[in-house]
Amino acid sequence: MPGKIRKIDENRWELPQSFRPGMRVPGIVYADDSLMRDIREDQALEQVANVACLPGIVKASIAMPDIHWGYGFPIGGVAATRVKDGVVSPGGVGFDINCGVRLLRTDLMEADVRPRLDELVTNLFNNVPSGVGSSGKVRLSAKEIEQVMRKGGRWAVEQGWGDADDLEVTEESGTLAGSQPDLISKRARERGAPQLGTLGSGNHFLEVQAVETIYDADAASAMGIEQIGQVTVLIHCGSRGLGHQVCDDYLKVMDAARSRYGIELPDRQLACAPVESKEGRDYLASLACAANFAWANRQCIAHWTRQAFEQVFGQSWRRMGMRQVYDVAHNIAKIERHTVDGKSMRVCVHRKGATRSFPPGHDEVPARYREVGQPVLIPGDMGRYSFLAVGVATAMEETFGSTCHGAGRLKSRSAARRELKGRDIAAELREQGIVVRAASRKGLLEEASMAYKDVAQVIDVAEAAGLVKKVAKMRPMGVVKG
Amino acid sequence: MWSAGAAYNSRVRSSRERVIETGFRILEHTADAAIEATGKDLRQLFANAARGMFQVITELDSIGETLARDVSADAADREALLVAWLNEFVYLFDVENILFRRFEIGELTETMVKGRAFGEPIDHGRHDVKTAIKSTTYHGLSITGGGDGYRARVIFDV
Repeated sequence: MPGKIRKIDENRWELPQSFRPGMRVPGIVYADDSLMRDIREDQALEQVANVACLPGIVKASIAMPDIHWGYGFPIGGVAATRVKDGVVSPGGVGFDINCGVRLLRTDLMEADVRPRLDELVTNLFNNVPSGVGSSGKVRLSAKEIEQVMRKGGRWAVEQGWGDADDLEVTEESGTLAGSQPDLISKRARERGAPQLGTLGSGNHFLEVQAVETIYDADAASAMGIEQIGQVTVLIHCGSRGLGHQVCDDYLKVMDAARSRYGIELPDRQLACAPVESKEGRDYLASLACAANFAWANRQCIAHWTRQAFEQVFGQSWRRMGMRQVYDVAHNIAKIERHTVDGKSMRVCVHRKGATRSFPPGHDEVPARYREVGQPVLIPGDMGRYSFLAVGVATAMEETFGSTCHGAGRLKSRSAARRELKGRDIAAELREQGIVVRAASRKGLLEEASMAYKDVAQVIDVAEAAGLVKKVAKMRPMGVVKG
Repeated sequence: MWSAGAAYNSRVRSSRERVIETGFRILEHTADAAIEATGKDLRQLFANAARGMFQVITELDSIGETLARDVSADAADREALLVAWLNEFVYLFDVENILFRRFEIGELTETMVKGRAFGEPIDHGRHDVKTAIKSTTYHGLSITGGGDGYRARVIFDV
């Protein structure tokens, strides 16, 4: 049986190395008493401890306030491993490589959009393919998918879908270096080729929002968020079948390599190989291909979102000020430089359901945000609100520059369906002023507000612990679900 | 040896489990989807696990049989083989949008399976497709039993 956990302060808990045998570092969980009660309900803490067993892990196996039971790594987990003698684990990223969030701002106000909201949401639903089995408007040729995997968001911009400004405010400028498309399997290509520019299903969405609260006017202004009622658009999706297959392919590779490297693991889903091994290097080069596909995907979707607004409001997207605020990944592994025990070192940072949160002044933060910090996008459930925030210095010191990524599920999908049986969620949301279009009725039940934790509680803990700073809160007006 | 399967078994909230149909049931999992499949032998177990997977995706009863596909998979051991077998259908679903409802297992060893699956392409008018499955995971994966019957637990990333 697992050992005891120790409360460090109001927002931090420690899983000492005695929690389970084989832990190389302690676990640190960011949560208050109330969140911890939910976290203890399932196996997330055991997973934090399992991750602490990975060879070469430094400092701690870290869990964000939105942590919940995943497979292998918990969702909301962060782990950094030494490049020189540590491992990289595809399970530390997950199947949806570079699942992430993109925020667009507009000059429109809620009063402008409200009268046309139904039409707008229908237009978005028709313009942006969503749901299971949806195909994109582009079907990539063999040559094109190579380019997508190499260039990422830049490929889409070269097609005329968006502009260079979008890339400036995308993590890694929308192109993760080191991609090697020749490593990508035929299956991954087949799965990805018809799916570029699709939202997918599950918790992915496209949301029209109105700014409800501004907490930090200077930071908000730097991001083009000037007033209450201003309309924004939030897009949440990832690398679709291409990323899923890359993860599959490398789980097999790593599983087979395990015995060769003498790696013993508490969970097979944590399969890993040394960062500096052929398997490790190949995985990171393949991950870059999938990450780039995801950035191209969100770039396409942002473009079609702008087109839908153009069709409804009869103005060009530039005239409506539909600039991108930021695009950030929350399922990714990257080699970064961090200070550990007073020493600067290269580490492989796994963020699985965790958002990069780099502070003001960091080189990786786009020039226009260098003074305020990297924008952090934290979506909530479709009935409540989402947050715009910025990275802070404490995150750099404590969590390898990472923070939470969303609300986190509270109820299983089947529990949500069972408890909401017979309810018309779309009609209930409409009562609240939220127009929803979803590809699946049952899918909509599974994604209802009550199935999620309150994202405000999650971000308040993250902020109190110094992992992020709130800038603005947006509430949903219109939602497109897969 | 790997033993996370046993830990998982003891922690599933059995009070909330729901029997859907003989041969498999859907288990509670907070973020993803899990099933338990049973079979009098491994052949039936593999077939029922695939049926359970399509029940996670849509209502199994809504799927017709208008086409068949030969499906095969190989892997290093029995557990990995079950993952590989199920992922064949994830792939066919993703690339060809086919829903399957019936599975016949031909050859089956510890490391190789050959079978035939029957189903039809998605028709959004008739099939309420709740969710796609990104992949079958190794987390909490177990196949237990022997002579008088087998039981498997599988978690899917949805």
